[in-house]
Amino acid sequence: MKKIFPNAAAALDGLLFDGMLIASGGFGLCGIPELLIAAIRDAGTKNLTVASNNAGVDGFGLGQLLETRQVKKMISSYVGENAEFMRQYLSGELELEFNPQGTLAERLRAGGAGIPGFYTKTGVGTVIAEGKEVMNFGGQDYILERGIVADLAIVKAWKADPSGNLVFRKTARNFNPPAATSGRVCVVEVEEIVPLGALDPDTIHLPGIYVHRIVQGTHEKRIENRTTRKLEA
Amino acid sequence: MWDRNQMAERAAQELQDGWYVNLGIGIPTLVANYIPKGIEVTLQSENGMLGMGPFPFEGSEDADLINAGKQTITELPQTAYFDSAQSFAMIRGGKIAMAILGAMEVAENGDLANWMIPGKLVKGMGGAMDLVAGVGRVVIVMDHTSKHGESKVLKTCTLPLTGKSVVNRIITNLGVLDVVPGGLKIVECAEGVSEADLRAATEATIVN
Repeated sequence: MKKIFPNAAAALDGLLFDGMLIASGGFGLCGIPELLIAAIRDAGTKNLTVASNNAGVDGFGLGQLLETRQVKKMISSYVGENAEFMRQYLSGELELEFNPQGTLAERLRAGGAGIPGFYTKTGVGTVIAEGKEVMNFGGQDYILERGIVADLAIVKAWKADPSGNLVFRKTARNFNPPAATSGRVCVVEVEEIVPLGALDPDTIHLPGIYVHRIVQGTHEKRIENRTTRKLEA
Repeated sequence: MWDRNQMAERAAQELQDGWYVNLGIGIPTLVANYIPKGIEVTLQSENGMLGMGPFPFEGSEDADLINAGKQTITELPQTAYFDSAQSFAMIRGGKIAMAILGAMEVAENGDLANWMIPGKLVKGMGGAMDLVAGVGRVVIVMDHTSKHGESKVLKTCTLPLTGKSVVNRIITNLGVLDVVPGGLKIVECAEGVSEADLRAATEATIVN
């Protein structure tokens, strides 16, 4: 079975439908599947629910799907960097479900691991706990959170081999592995596809069993907040 | 009275050798500049990194290497990377000894509010709820009063909570207070601040 596709549109062919749930990797603009997001914009798929830690910025990343009104609902932990997002949210056009960051990561991990729910003390005694089942373990309250199984996972990795084994780079790993595992289907975009055998099996971050389609492309990799120190003379 | 840097310097005294620590955005980030000599701490960035280094030199920024504030940073010889699920597994699992965070309000029972003001733009809690629920010790660094002079150290928080009974110690521009049974206990006063000043600026119950 061939997993490598010639471009992002081809890699998504037949997988998109209106009203679907998409899990996306990335933290801020770091490690986001920018090519697949652009291809979903071009495909025009509507009424999307997107589980992603952030919502991109205006004009880049998931911000592109917001501009075209393709997103019905976001499941995120932090959305502060996107003016169009805020405009749609405050006007009631866009639904937003805030998840604590670790709860979102674990919901994706659990969904991919066949765990429909788990108990966490994150959010106990806050608005996050409202309407959720509470269980006491050893004198401490925990709330029930549910795993997420996405119709499609879109992720970005550094390198893939043709079997779908993935290696990520530095903090661009972030939500990509848990998002990948949460998908019934997972499409990955990478900077480089290396030959079979070129990746040391001991250093693979995500095994190819989770990866169904791969596309290689050129990434802009935009920096959101450039901070530096001066070279000492 | 302490300024931002003095508050960060005082907060750095909370660090212990060998600890893994998470620093929040704002004044807590400055704590990294004041880590006492002879103490080794490893900074965690919840987007998936242990062993966070300083900002890169101009021209060597790497889009794949950022901290939780989305700032470009560098790695250290002991750096390790991991995914977000593992990052919060170590936070929720109690492996991080301490988090130093900012706050809008703290209550005498240790309740913390630092993510949402109703009616104002809500950006989200990010990892704050997971951190305060999971780490071994929560230290808050913030101004003692609002711009309008109202105490931020309260009997009960008025804002939506980030965590319930989660704060251990509060470091403000006026001094240091611990959350103890029955209220807050004064640990020390900032330079030039009397105990009477500190009590006057505090709405919460102070116990002796």
